[in-house]
Amino acid sequence: MDPKEFQYVFAGLVAAWLILVIYAVSLGLRERRLRKELDRVRKMVEKR
Amino acid sequence: MREKILYGLGLVGMGLLAWNLYKIAFDLPHQANVAAYQIVYFHVPAAITAFTGFFVALVASGLYLATGALKYDAFAAGVTEVAVAFASVNLATGMIWARYAWGIWWAWDARLTSMLACWLIYAGYLILRRAIDEPTQRARLSAFLSIFGCVDVGFVYKSIEWFRTQHPAPVLSIRQGGGMGPGMESPIYWNWLAMLCIASLLVIVRMRQEDVSREIDSLRRMAHSY
Repeated sequence: MDPKEFQYVFAGLVAAWLILVIYAVSLGLRERRLRKELDRVRKMVEKR
Repeated sequence: MREKILYGLGLVGMGLLAWNLYKIAFDLPHQANVAAYQIVYFHVPAAITAFTGFFVALVASGLYLATGALKYDAFAAGVTEVAVAFASVNLATGMIWARYAWGIWWAWDARLTSMLACWLIYAGYLILRRAIDEPTQRARLSAFLSIFGCVDVGFVYKSIEWFRTQHPAPVLSIRQGGGMGPGMESPIYWNWLAMLCIASLLVIVRMRQEDVSREIDSLRRMAHSY
């Protein structure tokens, strides 16, 4: 494949997977935040 | 059980993608060995995955309006969020394809503009959900917006038949396109299957988060009731 063609294919693949990876990472961070919040609220309920 | 489904979907999705990348790189007819084809092998499946998600969200929103059960609303929200991610992939790869094929990143033609409008409607759907605290009102307004968005999805799908502007006409044989040679269409459908596995995995993770959110809300209510 011509190097210029390869550049476009590479850019397309990187763009596609970067968006999905960023979304998956944001889901992971949200999951961690929710777990922490759940632990905090559970402790709060137990104290009462 | 849910964990096993998650790992299974992840393995099947990744395995299919690896196999497809090999097929696309080494096992296709010579004329498919150009950027114009190879970007399409990701651009089109991302669009079909996004549209599948928007359609599933439409059904879930309809079920919410019919039954009033908030589980359908939560499912519609999860599916829409994942579908927006795939619609973003479709737009980004489409712009790179346009730069390669037309020499420009963007053209305000019917397909591109309606797809951008579709993305904005569903991004608006996600913003709307963050803006409304009351669950029933949020679910009802979101359901109406999801139905409205799906009308645009139909328009996006048909736009390349109704308006012959910059975007290429249908190429897939299931749409009587015939623009791709024999044996060159299959990576599109295999990549769609792989993306569908990955999208399902993301939706399951997203639904698990909805369960945790609901548990936090109920614990908070319990704490305040003491």
